Amino acid sequence: MGLLRILQNDRGGQLFLAVLIALLVAVPMMHSLPESSPFYISTYTVTLLGKYLTYALLAVAVDLVWGYLGILSLGHAAFFALGGYAMGMYLMRQIGDRGVYGNAELPDFMVFLNWTELPWFWQGFDHFWFAALMIMIVPGLLAFVFGWFAFRSRVTGVYLSIITQALTYALMLAFFRNEMGFGGNNGLTDFKEILGFSLQDDATRVGLFVASGIALAIGYLSCRAIVKSRLGRVAVAIRDAEDRTRFIGYRVDRVKLAIFTFSAVLAGIAGALYVPQVGIINPSEFQPLNSIEVVVWVAMGGRATLYGAVLGALGVNYAKTYFTAAFPEFWLFALGALFVFVTLLLPRGVVGIFRKKQEGEL
Amino acid sequence: MRIFILLLAALFSLNATGKADQLINESELKSAFEVMEGRDFAAKEAALKTILNSGLENAQKIVAGVLEGDVMLVKKTNAVVFVEKKDRKYLATDVLTGEKVGEFSKRKLKKFSINNSLRSFIRDLLALQDLTNSDPEKRLLAVNTMLANPDASHQAILEPLLQTESDEAVKAAMQLSISLSKLSDDDPTVQLKAIGAVKESLEPAVRNKLKVLAETSSSVPVKKAAENALIKIDDRIELFGHLETLFFGISAGTVLVLAAIGLAITFGVMGVINMAHGELIMLGAYTTYLIQLVMPSMPGLSLALAIPGAFVVSGLVGIAIERGVIRFLYGRPLETLLATFGISLILQQLVRTLISPQNVPVANPEFMSGLLEINSVFSLTYNRLYIIAFCLLVFAVLFFVLKKTRLGLQVRAVSQNRAMARAMGVRSSRVDALTFGLGAGIAGVAGVALSQLTNVGPNLGQAYIVDSFMVVVFGGVGNLWGTLISGLGLGIANKFMEPWAGAVMAKILVLVFVILFIQKKPRGLFPQKGRAVEN
Repeated sequence: MGLLRILQNDRGGQLFLAVLIALLVAVPMMHSLPESSPFYISTYTVTLLGKYLTYALLAVAVDLVWGYLGILSLGHAAFFALGGYAMGMYLMRQIGDRGVYGNAELPDFMVFLNWTELPWFWQGFDHFWFAALMIMIVPGLLAFVFGWFAFRSRVTGVYLSIITQALTYALMLAFFRNEMGFGGNNGLTDFKEILGFSLQDDATRVGLFVASGIALAIGYLSCRAIVKSRLGRVAVAIRDAEDRTRFIGYRVDRVKLAIFTFSAVLAGIAGALYVPQVGIINPSEFQPLNSIEVVVWVAMGGRATLYGAVLGALGVNYAKTYFTAAFPEFWLFALGALFVFVTLLLPRGVVGIFRKKQEGEL
Repeated sequence: MRIFILLLAALFSLNATGKADQLINESELKSAFEVMEGRDFAAKEAALKTILNSGLENAQKIVAGVLEGDVMLVKKTNAVVFVEKKDRKYLATDVLTGEKVGEFSKRKLKKFSINNSLRSFIRDLLALQDLTNSDPEKRLLAVNTMLANPDASHQAILEPLLQTESDEAVKAAMQLSISLSKLSDDDPTVQLKAIGAVKESLEPAVRNKLKVLAETSSSVPVKKAAENALIKIDDRIELFGHLETLFFGISAGTVLVLAAIGLAITFGVMGVINMAHGELIMLGAYTTYLIQLVMPSMPGLSLALAIPGAFVVSGLVGIAIERGVIRFLYGRPLETLLATFGISLILQQLVRTLISPQNVPVANPEFMSGLLEINSVFSLTYNRLYIIAFCLLVFAVLFFVLKKTRLGLQVRAVSQNRAMARAMGVRSSRVDALTFGLGAGIAGVAGVALSQLTNVGPNLGQAYIVDSFMVVVFGGVGNLWGTLISGLGLGIANKFMEPWAGAVMAKILVLVFVILFIQKKPRGLFPQKGRAVEN
């Protein structure tokens, strides 16, 4: 019943969830068809779709804070990458003695750096449950501490955007250092298996795709639930008139902190699902460009709709895959033009073309 | 005995007029060359002196040739020759007659073997010759060479020369060198006096000698004096070390200021978030590169032309951006941010497609390279000195434009109260375009300066964009002085942290510091006051 209430008046969301569920059923089935069939979907495509779904989840997380709370975060890729690193550390530990150096105690890059024992922050990552916890706790904690300082001292608007960008930039520089113990420049890669399933197996790939889809669905529903709740209404009030909301008596900083932290956790989960599918995580995931790209997915699809973010993420990334293969020179032109085009001519995104303004919208 | 005579001869030969009497007969010269072929290095020293004092016109060239490996022995005829490499073959000329002996392959020739102590001996020997050169710079160089390789014999050599020396700098160096020799004297009173004379010097040789004295001298007062002098010298070296760090910090700071100062106009005064600012800097750097392509033989002139050139190029691009995109987005800062970011991607890719995805070489003109040596432990590089001066100049010009010109007045009026300014007859949209053009042009000029310091490539701008915003925000939006002070402050802080934190960590710490600082004072070091704050 709760589900129905959440999706009430959310035509776009209903449609999106229906399509998503259909995909989650159809893609594995089409994958199991014989290769000669015209409906056959290759493992490569399944993995690519899975990757898009994790991007979509990241976009939903950004839309929650940008669309409904008015915080333009230019550092959400940092939370995504932190979740990815937590997953990567678990996957590294699963390699065991199958690395190049055959050292069961230490990952290859640590042997290479002549380290003798596992650093304290790598302890516990042998266990999936611990890694899963860290995937949520590390990005959440960073967002909490960062937000705690930023929101209490009422850093808003452009200033907040710039310091979130500085945050991800600083993290990128830090993770590039070998001394940090996260593989430096090369990052973490060469994974073998997850929960005992080989990452090379087609079945595992399909499983990860389905897991990403389910995570996206749950992420969407929980964001939607927040938006529909009292908390969500206060958030929209903050977005539109922060001072007035404060004067009425709401604790603006707490509302912001709660939603920002939740959004960071979602981004972390997206990153954790992303890493086993692409097989690598390195510091370039922290680069400021990535975070800004996410914002453009959301803007393209339509801010403050949630499903618009999904649409934007899928659309822009499909275009990226197509362009970088067909006309590698032109991708940045196209992306750049997209930024300008959307902000100037499509302020409500693609979905804004098709629908009237509704409650809680921009 | 023979060596003694040779030494005397060496001293005597320093007298230019004495040279004629010193002609040594050919057989002696020949035996000297024979000694040079052998492996007895002590005898070789003597032989080299013989050659140098033989009165031959090219004696100095021969000895230098032995050091450099340009003088060789033809294996078959045992003739000593100068060699000149010419496509794999060696062109040989006899050292005595100056006749061409012919071309030889490397196998047919033999080098005179020398070792390290002989090498420094030869350098000393050549320095001694230069001591009587008429060019004071040559003499100074010679004395400095002696200073770097101290020897007890220097005192005897230099003292007579000191009487006739006229150049002050050479004199001071000679006195220092003499005192340095005296440090090795047997008499403690002489040593003490010498310590008093050298304690102001920062020459590494002096420090080494004092260290030896402080550790091994048998005379207690000498030991004490040497220790004290050593402490003083070390203090001064440390001081100069700090000065050097400060200089590097100021230099890094001025680079930050240059990169940020255009942003201080567009962001600080107009409130426009221009993420393409870094790319406007990049365009300036590429303008320098293109102008140098047109006139490759004149790097100095092309650099001078690049300054107005880059200002115009970046300024026009800036005006185009303002007219084409930004003016539709005033009052929507987050959208402006996204749109200008898109423009930055387009500009980057444009440079990659039209010029090259790789870094391009930009030449440094002559006057930009080299060192200004203050003393032996502290020197400043000219390119950084010029950049510092250039930054201050740009700042001064900008300050003048904003405070003293009509445009500046209008800019300030519009930024403080747009409606009122319009009511007073200011064409605000034109002022917006010009202001943005000014900020963009300054970014281009910064690019010219950066092209002299770092690699010029499509990613040049991205490297500075985060830093530039940090500088402007830290300094206080809308405040040029704030930008200057915060840029210098962050640069200096960065360089002082580098020795113990490492370059990357220092940068991270500065970023974290600024992030925390903004939490405490969201409006920066020097917040704007009055009505301008309200929006």
